[in-house]
Amino acid sequence: MSDVSFTVNGRRVSGSAEDRTLLVHFLREHLGLTGTHVGCDTSQCGACVVHVDGKAVKSCTMLAAQASGSTIVTIEGLADGAELHPVQASFKEHHGLQCGFCTPGMIMTATDMIARHPEGLDEAMVRAELEGNICRCTGYHNIVKAILAASETMAKGAKGKAKQAA
Amino acid sequence: MGIEGVGARVARKEDKRFITGGGRYVDDMVVPGMKHAVFVRSPHAHAQIKKIDVKKAQAMPGVVGVLTGKELKADGIGNLICGWMIHSKDGTPMKMGAWSPLAVDKVRYVGDAVVIVVADTKGQARDAAEAVEITYKELKAVVDATKAIQPGAPQIHAEAENNLIFDWELGDAKATDAAIKSAAHVTRMKIVNNRLVPNAMEPRAALGHYDKAEDHYTCWTTSQNPHVARLVMSAFYNVAPENKLRVIAPDVGGGFGSKIYIYPEEIVCLWASKKIGVPVKWVADRTESFLSDAHGRDHVSTVEMAFDKDNRITGLKVDTIANLGAYMSLFSSCVPTYLYATLLSGQYDIPAIHANVRAVYTNTAPVDAYRGAGRPEATYVLERMMETAARELGVSPAELRRRNFITSFPHQTPVIMTYDAGDYNASLDAAMKAADYAGFARRKAEAAKQGKLRGIGMSCYIEACGLAPSSAVGSLGAGVGLWESAEVRVNAVGTIEVLTGSHSHGQGHETTFAQLVTQRFGVPIDSVSIVHGDTDKVQMGMGTYGSRSGAVGMSAIVKALDKVEAKAKKIAAHLLEADEGDIVIENGEVKVAGTDKSLPWFQVALASYTAHNLPAGMEPGLKETAFYDPSNFTFPAGCYICEVEIDPETGLTEIIQFVAADDFGNIINPMIVEGQVHGGIAQGVGQALLEGAHYDRNGQLLTASYMDYTMPRAGDLPSFKVSTSNTPCPGNPLGVKGCGEAGAIGSPPAVINAITDALGVVDIPMPASPATVWAAIHANKH
Amino acid sequence: MYSVNYHRASSVADAAKLLKNGDAKLLSGGMTLIPAMKTRLAAPSDLVDVSRLKELQGVKVSGKTVTIGAATTHYDVSTDEKLKKACPALAHMASLIGDPAVRHKGTIGGSIANNDPAADYPAALLALGATIITNKREIAADKFFKGLFETALKEGEIVTAVSFTAPAKAAYQKFRNPASRYAIVGVFVTKGKDGVRAAVTGAGEDGVFRSKEIEAALAKNFDAAALGGLKVPAKGLMSDIYASADYRANLIAVMAKRAVATANA
Repeated sequence: MSDVSFTVNGRRVSGSAEDRTLLVHFLREHLGLTGTHVGCDTSQCGACVVHVDGKAVKSCTMLAAQASGSTIVTIEGLADGAELHPVQASFKEHHGLQCGFCTPGMIMTATDMIARHPEGLDEAMVRAELEGNICRCTGYHNIVKAILAASETMAKGAKGKAKQAA
Repeated sequence: MGIEGVGARVARKEDKRFITGGGRYVDDMVVPGMKHAVFVRSPHAHAQIKKIDVKKAQAMPGVVGVLTGKELKADGIGNLICGWMIHSKDGTPMKMGAWSPLAVDKVRYVGDAVVIVVADTKGQARDAAEAVEITYKELKAVVDATKAIQPGAPQIHAEAENNLIFDWELGDAKATDAAIKSAAHVTRMKIVNNRLVPNAMEPRAALGHYDKAEDHYTCWTTSQNPHVARLVMSAFYNVAPENKLRVIAPDVGGGFGSKIYIYPEEIVCLWASKKIGVPVKWVADRTESFLSDAHGRDHVSTVEMAFDKDNRITGLKVDTIANLGAYMSLFSSCVPTYLYATLLSGQYDIPAIHANVRAVYTNTAPVDAYRGAGRPEATYVLERMMETAARELGVSPAELRRRNFITSFPHQTPVIMTYDAGDYNASLDAAMKAADYAGFARRKAEAAKQGKLRGIGMSCYIEACGLAPSSAVGSLGAGVGLWESAEVRVNAVGTIEVLTGSHSHGQGHETTFAQLVTQRFGVPIDSVSIVHGDTDKVQMGMGTYGSRSGAVGMSAIVKALDKVEAKAKKIAAHLLEADEGDIVIENGEVKVAGTDKSLPWFQVALASYTAHNLPAGMEPGLKETAFYDPSNFTFPAGCYICEVEIDPETGLTEIIQFVAADDFGNIINPMIVEGQVHGGIAQGVGQALLEGAHYDRNGQLLTASYMDYTMPRAGDLPSFKVSTSNTPCPGNPLGVKGCGEAGAIGSPPAVINAITDALGVVDIPMPASPATVWAAIHANKH
Repeated sequence: MYSVNYHRASSVADAAKLLKNGDAKLLSGGMTLIPAMKTRLAAPSDLVDVSRLKELQGVKVSGKTVTIGAATTHYDVSTDEKLKKACPALAHMASLIGDPAVRHKGTIGGSIANNDPAADYPAALLALGATIITNKREIAADKFFKGLFETALKEGEIVTAVSFTAPAKAAYQKFRNPASRYAIVGVFVTKGKDGVRAAVTGAGEDGVFRSKEIEAALAKNFDAAALGGLKVPAKGLMSDIYASADYRANLIAVMAKRAVATANA
């Protein structure tokens, strides 16, 4: 057993878990954050993607103990109160989800992708960046559309803020 | 159409919870005292169980129970059933072998469940599962259906000699043979439809909870049809009487057919919960899903298509061997028969058709309906034949199809179906235009300059949805009726709940169904809630599969809405002192036409519940129930065109464009319909290019994880060009046909027709992986 | 996953000490080890996490000499501006490993110590003639990669960095397994002061190897045209459901040609 502590979605949390506990299981079973899902055993489907210290990682391929001390954001912590994150809003607007199971991982991957590409994204880039996220419902068509739209919205928002600051 | 009514692209009501992490799937459910189950599964494809020793496992840390098939049988738990009786052409009933939820004497495929281990944590259960000692005597296995029916093949079930489950036929053999004999041209092919694994992203899961105080069972399960699960579990498996069993299918992460069936695990979890006295949860890992979910397809067909001198089809003869795996899954028998052979006329006027289907046991996972179920196999047979025939006859693929299209309706095919409406030329025209078919030759020449091989292929599919007229399917062997139910409850404040027997696992029912209500009463869509997936809330239902939720599920809602509307009008007429016939309901108001007299909708609702002033003799309340039993199948159809570019050095196929032109009848929410098409195409392209379940000779599944089974990824696919040109369905009140499976049905032949066109070969096996395509190019060279 | 004891090392020396616990294994990014443990194919008694050690992090470029700390992630390698100038081929190769989330965790040291026959880094380091630096010694790449999942590392030895001289020209091309997305064939070619080197991953029955045929053909003329008639023998290449040995042999020639063309571009 190990004591672990993190900041999850802005809150300090600590607990104790078997060393073999994966981060995804700690989030789901100890913290009740069941939005993060497990869809495969081989670190390929991406339903479990969360942000650890600002980077998208697969929480099914990381021990909770490895993440101890880190700052974690899960799908539950993405929205700003009642206001959806632009990527969440875009997935809804463009019908980027059907059964919803891969969706949290898709959205966490998409927010990370957009953050890493302030220069903007095109369809080929988005498709390549989705290498580690599998969806069985949407054929990716509307996921790609949603991410591209969110990327544009967020770039406009950032420009607007920059203008305000200047 | 209002902004939230029929025909509007309403953003989905259910999305809020899914995009914020608030979805509630079976694995998210927690019950106090809940323990975790792991199944010990057979590592062998075919073996006798000599001995099971659970002592060591029982003594492991955290273990609360280790149970075997013997104990399950002793408690009277029944065998799994196939719910559709098929008779062979000699009149004998299909040969169904016993399928015990936990194997007792024999295992018949790798993944067959043998023992359940229940412990405090899943890790402990897994540790203990490894300590269960099972002594097997291995037997020879057979995985290929064409080999399984050969004399001397391993015998899988005592009940089915030579592993033959049934030898069934449909159509007129004599007339078909005569047509072939007198044909001007006959095209002949052997056509293989590869085995697929459905791979809903949420693995199957079950949580069984027996409440001793109440003597009541609850089962949370990843089901597309919780009511059927309850019915079957009580009527056939003796798990619990129906009135003491509640089945809940909460948010379900995709199904595609694989979650229709009642599997061993949910039965065993419920039984184990009572036996051990704790709630028992099981969640499959992905490899377990690969091994034990019902697979799809796996047909081998020999086909002859006869033409007269004018290139009109005069006959079609199909001989199919269908691999049903080690056991007969719930609907397995109807897939290669009534969902397959009845669609072999396609969009074409074919005077004589004969299909012979042999269903066969093998030492592989059970095979059952997977998105399209029988119809993709029929379409693949027909549309590959049409392509090959066009090439042999030297006519364009479009021309050959046009020449043979059915153009007047209703049309009676020689294989049971009566097509009600359609315009096949319209979708072919639309698809060819969208694909710039005329410009293909130029694009091909340009690609050739870059050393690339371009090809184009089309597929004109038809399917039968809206399953199904109960008396018709009953006469064909179905064990259940295929109607649907709905209940519309108007609350006292005017908000509305619709209870439906359809089940949404991604289809967006909470939005589409609500649009019907908004359209009818002009109430805001947020004041409408759709309730589904819980046998304690919804009285009865048949669930969601076969693209039936629109044509059947929504029709039931329409019927219930009709009743609610009629009663509301009666109440309003009474209150407004008007004639019932003059009452109209629009924009949330109940009005007397041609006057300024009106009542807000909620006041009518309230009046029905206060019951202070109702028409004489009227019961209080505003709540109506309806059952809808369709009068016919519905027949969505369309044309798909795929253009590919192949890198001859590596064999890699890139899909340059994919066009879908569908006829779905009337459409309630175009955004959701398009999403269904996108997803279906991805699965169809997956079948053609990427996916294939591969067993080795000994019955080991070589493709049992995403490391080895190719799931379509974003980078494998283009954006799709989809459109519809619709002819309303005359058979149901909304004129809808169904759209859930079309993409998966229409796309595989379009892709393979394009690849064979690019390569100049007659056929290529699915999946046309880079290595397969490269080998075909290589073989062509030498 | 079987039970395991997790330790977070405070230094390389501490890690070496912790490695003496039972059947301990080093844990870096964990992108291969943790999946193997999840499926119970690997069962170390202890894990010694070195991923947070500052001394193992980062890319240094000094003149032509490139040194990369063992715990540097694929993401950091792929985005390092100095490396993109000194040896863009390696940065590009790192950007092709796995997927973004994997690249955020997986490390160069972990990849080469594991020496998966389909991993990318072994081909790169072999073609670059790199030196693998451990807490005990320096090992030439030619001597480091020993076979399937086998390296020259001794018990308790820890990779701390890799180092190489940036070649004049280099490029990597890979053809992915459609399912796993690992290389079916990956070819890394370099042209440096010691001549041409070409290393192949994903294909060999004994893991990564240098292709004599490609190197000989390119020695005189480092041009894709020089590989025109190249026949790579299929003997010694892997066969599986996605690629026969013959197909792999073909892909080696094709990927080599494309890599050379890229290196010259």
